[in-house]
Amino acid sequence: MVRLNLALLALVVICAVSLVTSRHQARKLFVELEREQNLARGYDVEYGQLQLEQSTWGTPARVERIAREQLRMQIPPASRVQIVDGAPR
Amino acid sequence: MTTASAARRAPAPALPPLRARFVFATLLALFALLAARSLYLQRIDNGFLQEQGSSRYSRNVEVPAHRGRILDRLGTPLAISTPVKAIWAWPEKVDATPAQLRQLGNAIDLSPQALAARLHASGDFVYLKKGVPPEIAARVAALGIPGVHDDDEYRRYYPGGEVMSQVVGFTGDGDVGQEGIELAQQVWLGGRPGSRRVIINRRGEAVEDVESIRAPQEGRDLVLALDSRLQYLAFRELKSAIETNKAKAGGVVILDVRTGEILALANWPSYNSNNPSNRNRGARDRMRNRALTDTFEPGSTLKPFTIAAALEAGKVRPGTVVDTAPGTLTIGGATIHDAHREGVLTVEQVVQKSSNVGAAKIALSLPPEAMWTMFAGAGFGAPPRTGFPGEVSGRLRPAKSWRPIEQATMAYGHGISVNLVQLARAYTLFATDGELKPVTLFKEAGPVAGRPVLKPETARAIRHMLEMVVLPGGTAPKAQIPGYRVAGKTGTAHKLEGGVYANKYVSSFVGFAPASNPRLIVAVMIDEPSAGQYYGGSVAAPVFSSVMGAALRLLGVPPDAPVNNVVLPVEGSEVREET
Repeated sequence: MVRLNLALLALVVICAVSLVTSRHQARKLFVELEREQNLARGYDVEYGQLQLEQSTWGTPARVERIAREQLRMQIPPASRVQIVDGAPR
Repeated sequence: MTTASAARRAPAPALPPLRARFVFATLLALFALLAARSLYLQRIDNGFLQEQGSSRYSRNVEVPAHRGRILDRLGTPLAISTPVKAIWAWPEKVDATPAQLRQLGNAIDLSPQALAARLHASGDFVYLKKGVPPEIAARVAALGIPGVHDDDEYRRYYPGGEVMSQVVGFTGDGDVGQEGIELAQQVWLGGRPGSRRVIINRRGEAVEDVESIRAPQEGRDLVLALDSRLQYLAFRELKSAIETNKAKAGGVVILDVRTGEILALANWPSYNSNNPSNRNRGARDRMRNRALTDTFEPGSTLKPFTIAAALEAGKVRPGTVVDTAPGTLTIGGATIHDAHREGVLTVEQVVQKSSNVGAAKIALSLPPEAMWTMFAGAGFGAPPRTGFPGEVSGRLRPAKSWRPIEQATMAYGHGISVNLVQLARAYTLFATDGELKPVTLFKEAGPVAGRPVLKPETARAIRHMLEMVVLPGGTAPKAQIPGYRVAGKTGTAHKLEGGVYANKYVSSFVGFAPASNPRLIVAVMIDEPSAGQYYGGSVAAPVFSSVMGAALRLLGVPPDAPVNNVVLPVEGSEVREET
């Protein structure tokens, strides 16, 4: 009887300790999750800002200006264009 | 404790029984009081303590939700929200050294006087600066001035600037849509921040989720039908045409023939939606999306519809001869003029040379109802339903109220008003085999079926006439594009001012290409050109040609004509038109 009680007591103690540890683990993981989510949100914001920057640098007006003024590009006159029939048959 | 045992240890003075009972009762009563108090605090009035307790281990956290982006059909962002800070102060609590105030003013770009004025304001809340980038807000926070705080907010940026602003619109305070698509699609775009309850540890980190009080609702992205490359192209050409012609205003619309999508919608004057000073009341005039919210009398661009009605009714065939001599026609005291005197013309030539007299004669052979049905079938007099706020329907009076002179002038587009998008859309009748396509500002997944209005033969006959317009002998040789067959119609309408037609004009051109298998419709409208030229064929047609040519090339539409197809008439022999 005494032995059984002792065994049960040990079991209870083990259970209690493991509950505490798993709870602690859960909280630690949650903190980590939270941190990662914040990071993800931060990256999302940064992505938006980068998109904004990209589209600001890539506005057709700016691309055209650089093409014309710096790279000295021009649209070829129609007489110098050869159309290659590349339609799939 | 009996008296016997007490007596054995020490002789204690006997306690009077009354006193003993009194002490016992008092102690009991005090215990009862404690029990009652604890019962009261635990069970009855437990709110305050529970709140105090939970505030020590849990916290309500705001879950941010941002407004959805607006994208063009290629995925280029047209509007993006990004978090910024609003810096505010509680004036009476502000306690800063002059050096600190100077640093604060420098950081947020506010002069010392302006800063002082704000800090001496009454009340306990005053914004120092809104929309501050997070880096600068961090510098302000580092100064550690008591009474100066910051709040999170979103600011919306529009990379397209003035090219896109009239379509996209902008948001006001709290990132809520105020104009354009931002206003119309507020429910779809707008995010709603959520809130949840978490348990925190001593470092203030959340360690456990307790409950979600309100789920956040992220704003959804919205994909428009616009193509930012075509939009820029249309805007650039429109702007330069307005400058060369010293015009007051203008618009260009590009429609996809297969889907009815609006690929570009450019207006001038315009404004930059990123610049708050451009958004005030005085700028209202520039904010208007004229192509949808303003109407004008279209003039000759309506003639093809009159001819189509006559063809449908079987009154004429493309080769039927109409005598337009002597270039005037008097109906009930009013006289219609042709800008260019012609003699006997075929119905095809009436369109090609834009003869008012010819169109009026053909119209008068029709019952008013037949013309009305045609105009209504082309979408005039009804809003185009693009999903844009404030679009107008234009004016198309019921056929019963038409007098003969009105029917005659309506044949060439006077006495009726339309907006530019309606006009572009109406030409889907001729660009397809007689179907009117619905127009939309939002991207479609594939071809959209239209409503059949014309017989396919009629549509093809008109398409052929419209192709003649751009050939020598027509009103718009300048609309030709190397490598592509083009069809279209010019318009040069007198403006109605205070009930009389003034010597001011609206020049327009609506056309489509490639004529063998139309892909795009481009409509151009220039309001009050005043640099000498005002005919649709010389003001609007060149804009059409450059916009359409570049758009077809950008979209990779294969040419349907040899590159040397452009034939310009001998200088000075151009056919002019009025209306």
